[in-house]
Amino acid sequence: MAIVEARGLGKSFRVADKQPGLGGTLRHFFARRLKDIPAVRDVSFSIEPGEVVGFLGANGAGKTTTLKMLTGLIEPSAGAVEVAGFRPFRRQASFLRTITLVMGQKQQLIWDLPPLDSLRVNAAVYGIPEAEARRRIEELAEMLELGEELRRPVRKLSLGQRMKAELLAALLHRPSVLFLDEPTLGLDVNAQVRVREFLADYNRRTGATVLLTSHYMGDITALCQRVLLIHQGRLFYDGSLQELTQRLAPYREVCCDLAGPYPPEAFAGFDELESLIGQRLRLLVSREQLTATLSRLLSSFPVLDLEVNDPPVEEIIGRLFREGTVG
Amino acid sequence: MKRSLRLARVLLSVQYAYMLEYRAEIALWALSGLLPLIMLALWSGAGAAADLSLSPAELRRYFLAAFVVRQFTVVWVIHIFEEDALQGRLSPYLLQPLHPFWRYLAAHIAEQATRVPFVLAIVLAVWLLGAGASGWPPPSTWLLGLLVTILAFLLRFLLQSVITMACFWSERAAALERLLLIPYLFLSGLVAPLEAFPPGLRRLALATPFPSMVDFPARLLSGAEVDLLGGLFTMAAWTVLLLPLFLLLWRAGLRRYAAMGA
Repeated sequence: MAIVEARGLGKSFRVADKQPGLGGTLRHFFARRLKDIPAVRDVSFSIEPGEVVGFLGANGAGKTTTLKMLTGLIEPSAGAVEVAGFRPFRRQASFLRTITLVMGQKQQLIWDLPPLDSLRVNAAVYGIPEAEARRRIEELAEMLELGEELRRPVRKLSLGQRMKAELLAALLHRPSVLFLDEPTLGLDVNAQVRVREFLADYNRRTGATVLLTSHYMGDITALCQRVLLIHQGRLFYDGSLQELTQRLAPYREVCCDLAGPYPPEAFAGFDELESLIGQRLRLLVSREQLTATLSRLLSSFPVLDLEVNDPPVEEIIGRLFREGTVG
Repeated sequence: MKRSLRLARVLLSVQYAYMLEYRAEIALWALSGLLPLIMLALWSGAGAAADLSLSPAELRRYFLAAFVVRQFTVVWVIHIFEEDALQGRLSPYLLQPLHPFWRYLAAHIAEQATRVPFVLAIVLAVWLLGAGASGWPPPSTWLLGLLVTILAFLLRFLLQSVITMACFWSERAAALERLLLIPYLFLSGLVAPLEAFPPGLRRLALATPFPSMVDFPARLLSGAEVDLLGGLFTMAAWTVLLLPLFLLLWRAGLRRYAAMGA
């Protein structure tokens, strides 16, 4: 039986429709015009207990709005949603004890106090006995490789340490459904890897269900067997990561710093050229052509530095939509 | 019950630790609440006390008591709520099984606890400078006055919480609080004891909750004769009116909540 189920889910936001300039301002002041902007439209999916599902989409695609409806932060304008047998927007205490939402860069920890103080508050809010809370903090801190950091004011922690402490706070009550919105945003590569390992470990140990949004393909490939792809508020893909990767995989991002400036015409033979800013060159190259393109590049230009990455998910998805590959 | 007590203890102790980080700022806030003492200086001159039908000692006691009441009824929930809603900090609070306003209430109480030494120092300084009250009322009156001051704080917190609900409809609702500040200043008894008001203005003031927030506790604290039961009944009546209104607006507001910044 599904633990998360969305049926025809939709959300519109009413926003002011104001024309620019003084005239527009005056008209807007005396006769305010509003319009409904649909953020999510007719989204349906279900998630089984223990699944780790990646939620992909460009900025503004509707990922976060969907997560907010699934957690009960906002009320859907249309459709129905059920999480662990609850209707989220009712926000019953027993529902809130079942779920957690982690938003990258948004914090629940008290900024000027050590994380342990916030953890004490969370333990009291969720009614976790003090001895049990201490045991859980120790266990999670060990998994997250946190020690003395829990005794230092949050403002003194690095972004990675803070994110790990946020995760600890969000999981102290042992939720069985985790909604993670960009949990590795802004972290360096090592911290990203540690957070991913922790999440995989948590899922293995507790059997928790995870719905995760991320801009980093690495998060999705490391954690998710299944992905949902949302674009302009509509669900475009629901299936295995492998199948999606076959569609996404063709491209690798090649960034290099050249030894000197070159005009754009100098790269006429490189169809993959995405941008040339100063001496920084950026190409999106198909996997099959990667070796050949790199050889050509290195033999044609003096290169100071070279990086080969998976391009940002947002860009690949945008490209796929432009090319009509997905739809 | 045991769980609620533990929650209250933890919330208050953590909020107190947080407020101690801002003790210098809180000391300045305490100093900025000197209006009743300024009014005392103004009314003390040129025989104005007689115009208020009070003896100079009664006037001194009233304004010193009003200063204490003012210090412990400062409410800023609308500002913190507006900021939390705009910055996205409200969302994690909403996803925990505790009404966010309990946190705000705990923050206010912790802030007041941090104020205590500064307020005591100012009261002592005023006392030593000769504006202190001769023949101060007995401790039982003091205790009752302090209890009613706590009730006054709760009423003011509730009133501002109702106004705070406008944050769900407007992104800058804190400006509304400034509108409320004028009637609060003039009708609460901060600028002059309510007894000294012309009858028409006094009737108008008494039709609002503001006298319950300063005049009533301050007069009690200063040892003046008050209608204790009548005053408590007025406070209870306003609470009965405002609490359901707050809950109603809270429920309606949550339906409009867009979880901005989150």
